[in-house]
Order: sequence, then structure tokens, then C-alpha cells
Amino acid sequence: MTPALDMEAVRKVYKSGGEEVVALDHADLAVGSDEIVALVGPSGSGKTTLCSIAGGILAPTSGRVVVGGDDISGYSARELTEFRREKVGFVFQTVNLVPFLTARENLLVVDEVGRRTGRAARRRGDTLLEELGLADRANNLPGQLSGGQKQRVAIGRALMNDPVLVLFDEPTSALDTRLGEQVVGLIREEMKRRGTAAIIVTHDERITHHADRTAHITDGRIAA
Amino acid sequence: MSIALRELRRRPGRFVVATAIMTLIAILLMFIGGLLDGLTKGNTGAFRAQRADFLVFSATSQDSLVRSRIDTAVRARAERAPGVTAVGGLGSLQIGSRVPGHGPRDLVPVVLFGYELAPRGLPARPPARGEAYADDVLRSEGVRAGTVIRLGPQRTPIRVIGFVNDTEYSGQPTLWGSLGNWRAAQDANRPGSRVGPGVTQALVVRGGTPEAIDRATGATHTVDAAIRKLPGVSQQESVFNQIIGVTVVIAVVVVALFFALITVERVALYGVLKAIGASSGTLFAGVLLQAVLVTLAAGAVGAAAALALDAVIPPGGIPFTTSAGRLLASVAFLLVAAVIGCAFSLRRVLRVDPAAAIGGAQ
Repeated sequence: MTPALDMEAVRKVYKSGGEEVVALDHADLAVGSDEIVALVGPSGSGKTTLCSIAGGILAPTSGRVVVGGDDISGYSARELTEFRREKVGFVFQTVNLVPFLTARENLLVVDEVGRRTGRAARRRGDTLLEELGLADRANNLPGQLSGGQKQRVAIGRALMNDPVLVLFDEPTSALDTRLGEQVVGLIREEMKRRGTAAIIVTHDERITHHADRTAHITDGRIAA
Repeated sequence: MSIALRELRRRPGRFVVATAIMTLIAILLMFIGGLLDGLTKGNTGAFRAQRADFLVFSATSQDSLVRSRIDTAVRARAERAPGVTAVGGLGSLQIGSRVPGHGPRDLVPVVLFGYELAPRGLPARPPARGEAYADDVLRSEGVRAGTVIRLGPQRTPIRVIGFVNDTEYSGQPTLWGSLGNWRAAQDANRPGSRVGPGVTQALVVRGGTPEAIDRATGATHTVDAAIRKLPGVSQQESVFNQIIGVTVVIAVVVVALFFALITVERVALYGVLKAIGASSGTLFAGVLLQAVLVTLAAGAVGAAAALALDAVIPPGGIPFTTSAGRLLASVAFLLVAAVIGCAFSLRRVLRVDPAAAIGGAQ
């Protein structure tokens, strides 16, 4: 099977005040097609940079990035935008739902920003809400949802485009231990049910047992 | 786009201030435009009513109807000019008048016109001596059919036998009678400016070419050109258009500031939307749509206010008039201002980095 992610010798260098800062230093990471990888590292270790490059948000300075069989290393900004729309899903640290849209509409945003499929997208949105146990909350605004429910809506949004890879950025950082545990359990359940690969970026070692594998990153280098 | 529409529908409070300010600007724009149109209408009605191709003034008149005198010889040359089918004399007398019901010192300024070729709305044959048609505006002074208006210091009586619409001149209501009427009133009340038999102030000409008539007379204008040469008309238009221009610039600034603020507030949201695949174009189209809808709402309220104002102002009151063209032009100006104003947000939308959505680069 085609791996969900294959990063080889990826390097990312930022310019800061005339100096070069190496955020990723020849990082290699492969994620199987239905594998869940926990990416653990301290703040500033480069885990968010790696996540951004894997998701097509940032372009690497050098190295090769293949997602779902597509080599995105040399993609233009426009191609990366389309790639993000079609191939990956994101769940952000602060959930970041659109506050004036209902749960259902937050899922449909993914369809509205891309090539609209209309009825098919609505059907998929309703199915996802049903599967995530949010059918009765479909018409609630984010402000009317609990933290866990918002997190589930965000997961639903990440799954709307049927991605090959979902990137979770610190999904438990804003949750207490019990809820954090529940959310990561839900992530595992949903990813495994769909056979979708995921990278969970975290600095919380307590949740890594939900992942199939843990990769540690320090100073931009990955120690698998 | 539908995200932008839903935001407008579900968070109308965010757009209230911008809509209110744009509405005030729309009302101001339409009020200024209506005033300009009203003033222009009141200054030029007598010329616009002429069913003619050309107006001819004397060569030394500097295109002023008051200074112009056309004698019979010039008239004869105009009549002989190639292609000319009809020539009529035109004379005017601006004068204070006494209208029944007004106090003895409460003079109503009027312009008495004498004509031969009937302007729009008037019978081909001018009224008999001592009679005239009155502009509608004089109704607001209590003038009715049968009212006798007395002109100037000599109290020259003119009996109103009917009304005609939109023939004001220099912002004053008009009376329309025969050339004989005009000469009699002129001679009686302006003895220093008596006009001889056959003399008129201007000629109204149908047919011919301006070059041919000009060779015969010396100062020929199309009716539109004559209107532009009326004292103050061009200057008035220029001043009002400058005010309209400044108002549109203010609208640009308002839209630019408001949507720049909104865009700053939305940077995080735009980051998320870009991260999930929204293009800058899609996001900017949403901003533009909101600006256009806010402007259309403001324009609709402004147009309703302008129409209401036009309906309640009595004839002869404020020189204000509305037209579909003026209202649509005002809305179009505001829409252009909205688009330009929004363009200032484009750079900010383009600069939103989707990486910010996932905590920024580390």
C-alpha cells in the first residue's frame, strides 16, 4: 500500500534577524496508510514545522515530501492550496471552528472553499456528524457546544475531504486529562475505522499509548 | 461566499456601524446630487423647453440673453441660411411681480418670456396681449388660472391663462406670452432698455447647420451648448461634482478602514480557512461581497430617503429633484468606492499565513 507520508532528509531553515535558524534538520519520517504516529517533542523542537510541511502549509527548504503518493516538495503555493483541500485534514490546537457557523456548516466549509459538490458533501457531513455522535447538535453554533463536542466537530471537518493523512496539532492541550484521554481515544477509533493515517503532534507523553508508534523530535531531528 | 453571507445574516451587529455610516454617505451623496439636479433644472428649464436646434445670440452679447439684441436684418440673414426651416424670436424680462395675496412689498421674482416658436407644453400660437402661461412653480405663490400678476414698477398686468411645467430660468418661475407682451413690459418697466419693433433678444432656429447660421448671425449655439453657457451653470456643476467626488473619497476611506479592521480581526480565521484549502481569492471575494451588500443596503436606504425628501418638498421650496439616473449613479459611485476600499484589505488577506493556524513555525 502507498504510505500516507514519506519524508526524506527534509530540512527547513528560517531567516531570523539575518541569521539562519534550522527548524528541521534532515528529518526522515514515514507513516503507513492507516498508521497513527505520535510526534512528541518539547516546545521549539520543530514538531509543528514538520506537521506544517507534511500538510502542505509550508514548503521544505530541501528534501523530499511525498503524501499519498504525490511528491509535494516542489509544489507552488496554488498547488499546495489545492493539495490541502483534497488530500489532508487538520485539527488545530485551539479547535478554531468558524464561530458563526453551525456544526454542520463547519463541516461543509471544506466543500465551500473548494470545488463544490453540494448534495454529496451534505450527505457526507450528515454521515460524519452521525458517526461522531453529533447528529442532534448539527444545528448548534460552536458557542453552544462543549469542549469535547467542538473537538469532535473539528475531527469531522478534518475528515470531510476523505484525506489520506490527518494532522492533529496538540489536540489535548486545551482539555483536562479525562477529556483529553477521551478525545485521543476517539481520534484513534475514528482513524482506525476509516483506515486513515494520522500524526498527532503533542508534548504530552500520557496520550502516546493511543498511537501505533511514537516519534521523538528534538532540535529538528527525529529519533524514531 | 456563503460563509460571508452567513456572517452578515448571523452577525449583523458587526456591520451596523459601517452600514450606518455608508447610509449617511449615500443620503449625503444623493442629497447633493438632487440639489445639483434641482438647481440645474431651475436654471435651465426655459432653454431645455425650446423645441429647436439652435439658439442665436447677437455677436457682441458674450452669449448673455440679457445683453443680446437681434435686429430684423440679422433675423433675415438667419432665415435665409441654408437648411433653416423656422426662425422665432425670444425675449426675456427678469422682474419683480405683485401677486394677489402677497403684501405690497412682497415681490415675487419672475421672468416674462415672449416667444414665437412654441416651446414644449405651450400652444403654437402665443397668448393674446396681456395674457400668459405660468410655470407650475407659481402655483406655490397662490397663482391660479385667471390670476392677474402685475409686473415691475409700472404694475404691467398679465393674466395667467394656464400653466406649463419645468420652464424655470435662473432659478425663477416664468411667464410665457407673445413677443408683443414682452416688448410692452420691457418698454414700460425698463425704459433704459427699450427694444425697437422687430427686435428680440435671441432667435430660436430649427434646421440648418451651425456654421451657416453662425456666418449669418455671429453667435450660434446648440440648445445644449446654450444651456452650458448660462451664467453659473457650469461652475455650479463643477463645484457640486467636486463635493460629490470628495464624498465618494470619504466612502472609500470608510470602507477601507472598516474592512481593514474586520480583516485584522479575522486573521486567525483566515489562517484556518487557508489551511483547509481556501484560496486568498475566495476569502477576498467574501470580503468584497460583504462590502457590496453593505453598500447596496446603504444605497437603498439613501435612495428611499431621497425619494421621500423629493415627495415632501413643496414646489418652489428647496431646489431638489431626484431621478432614477441620479440615484443609480450615486449607488454606482458607492459601489466603486466599496470595491476600491476593499482592495486595501486584499494585501492583508494575501499575507495571512496558514501556518499561523497550527501554532506558527517552530
